[in-house]
Amino acid sequence: MRQRGPHPLRVLLVLVTSLMLVVITMGGAARQANAAPPALIVGILHIGSVTDGGYNQAHAEGVRYMQKMLPGIEVIEVENVPESADAERVMETMIQRGAKLIIAASFGYLDPALNVAKRHPDVKFEHPSGYKLAPNLGTYWANTQDGFYLMGMAAGKMTKTHKAGFVVALPVSFFLANVNAFHLGARSVDPQFETRVVFTGTFLDPGKEATATNALLDQGADVMAMIVDSPITVVQVAERQGAYSVGYHYVGVQKFAPKGWISGLAFNWGPLYVRFAKAVMDGTWRSEAIYGNVASDYLVIAPFGPAVPASVVRQVSASKQAMINGQLRVFMGPIKDNHGNLRVAEGQVLTDQDYGKMDWLAEGVIGQPR
Amino acid sequence: MSVPFVESVLLGAILSGMPVLYAALGEVIVERAGVVNLGLEGVMLMGAVTSFASTVRTGSAALGVLAGATAGGLFNLILALLVVTRQANQLASGLALMFFGAGVSALLGAPYIGSRIAGLNPLQIPGLAHLPYLGPLFRSDILAYLAIPAAALVWWGLFRTRWGLSLRAVGENPAAAYAAGYSPPAIQYQALFLAGLFGGIAGADLSIGIVKTWAEWMTAGRGFIAVALVIFSRWHPLRIVWGAVLFGGAVALQLQFQARGAPVSPFLLDTLPYLLSLGVLLVWAGGRRHAAPASLGRVFEGTK
Repeated sequence: MRQRGPHPLRVLLVLVTSLMLVVITMGGAARQANAAPPALIVGILHIGSVTDGGYNQAHAEGVRYMQKMLPGIEVIEVENVPESADAERVMETMIQRGAKLIIAASFGYLDPALNVAKRHPDVKFEHPSGYKLAPNLGTYWANTQDGFYLMGMAAGKMTKTHKAGFVVALPVSFFLANVNAFHLGARSVDPQFETRVVFTGTFLDPGKEATATNALLDQGADVMAMIVDSPITVVQVAERQGAYSVGYHYVGVQKFAPKGWISGLAFNWGPLYVRFAKAVMDGTWRSEAIYGNVASDYLVIAPFGPAVPASVVRQVSASKQAMINGQLRVFMGPIKDNHGNLRVAEGQVLTDQDYGKMDWLAEGVIGQPR
Repeated sequence: MSVPFVESVLLGAILSGMPVLYAALGEVIVERAGVVNLGLEGVMLMGAVTSFASTVRTGSAALGVLAGATAGGLFNLILALLVVTRQANQLASGLALMFFGAGVSALLGAPYIGSRIAGLNPLQIPGLAHLPYLGPLFRSDILAYLAIPAAALVWWGLFRTRWGLSLRAVGENPAAAYAAGYSPPAIQYQALFLAGLFGGIAGADLSIGIVKTWAEWMTAGRGFIAVALVIFSRWHPLRIVWGAVLFGGAVALQLQFQARGAPVSPFLLDTLPYLLSLGVLLVWAGGRRHAAPASLGRVFEGTK
């Protein structure tokens, strides 16, 4: 008998074949324009699947809307792009194929996008939720805290056990701010409200999200909220156990909870993407940090479920209006954290800039921020 | 109205442990036959997507499990073709199979995202389902009830049958098995098909048993944990049960600790399953019995 190691060519063949299959099956294949050259080629990178019913689907449907409104546009869309040098390669390929606007639709694409932007000053880049700008890289996101406050109000009105469960991917500052805002909103209508947080450590693991949801419902929570890429699992588990749920990211999650759906905070990126594309085409694009709020057309409150009484809907709408008018602020002192330390003094109001530094959870939130 | 701690953890442990248990039971069969399947993740995904799609189409979760298992078994035959017939490198082929499975499952699953199914429902055993502490054990789905019998069956098949003897002989020394009149390629094909059935069931448990939804790459690394579990159990199917319960329990425990507001960092809690695994390995390591099959990962090229 003779043992021998793998033949290098064979290994290479296997690897190359598998890579080809990955590329083909993951839908990165080119969509060739038929005759006339497109008015603009837009490249978009997704961190996950565009059918996740969550974060990625919201971006993808924004692009669909842009294509519908501006028919001359060609889109190169690649899913499941890792937040690494792979992202740079995907962007370079898009640029080689003529992309003049690139939407790097995940937080971790920020540095890869900055690198590529430096090499291609003629290409415009847009990045959601980033904190850095470049002459040809702009950023966009919205104040989600206001929206979570409104969701918390609705949850506080609906709960019977005065407890909500919150499944959160990671304890990063903006997510902590969302949880706190939700909790403060709930406490504004239910002073004994309690929010229990479980961090799963990952943006997509339905098995773990289901177990976390069960753990929170076992603790008596009867409203579930989440900050993970796909809200479907948490919403479905809550529905099966007869609990209420509040969605995030994508507007079409209600069908998973026909009974227990309260409402959700969702992104409707379409109108914004139309503005980006138009600006690139007519040469008026400039690098800016766009930061919307509940008054913007791209941050929407999802339709309320049938369980929610009209009075609650009216109250939430009134508070939304008060926010838009500047009469209602989410983080208005005094606010203590869950160790009893005063975090926002009497008369002080936290703003968007403070959210990025938040490392505490408010009084009445049960969870460890780090 | 909150549920007692022990019951919550037990339920969580069953939910988190079952998919890795089934996957690892399959993996132990192939590894005993001398093949490492790093593509288990892809096999599980194929099982998960096929069972979910079949359940959506037929409305029957039982058919779903069956379809998932079959898909897993057939999918693993691709690996058999690569590493047994074509004698390719096992590790590279396994990884290729994983990516292939992830891609194909994403493609097949796309039309079914957002479909709603009843899935596998818990079967309550009257009288036992409401026992204190142990109640959750008796209100699980059918796959959880069958897990330990399945492990026993794998153990019996590997260690108490002639077929198991020949399979282990192939894993230890294929040339000797060949000389004794067995056909190592045929046995490895059988092992891979069987393992695929288990991997498919593992995926089905995840998609139609636990979460009742399909999401791309929903296995989230469980295939690799199952491979690790096989090493952890030192290639013994009954120890795999303990490993899976320990791992599932640790995952459940860390989520429970958080839900109950334990004053421990979530980052630290997240490492709990792995810390526990390391601890057990440290305690158990050193034994020479049931160590790795001698020809694990090697390519048998026949006798020349």
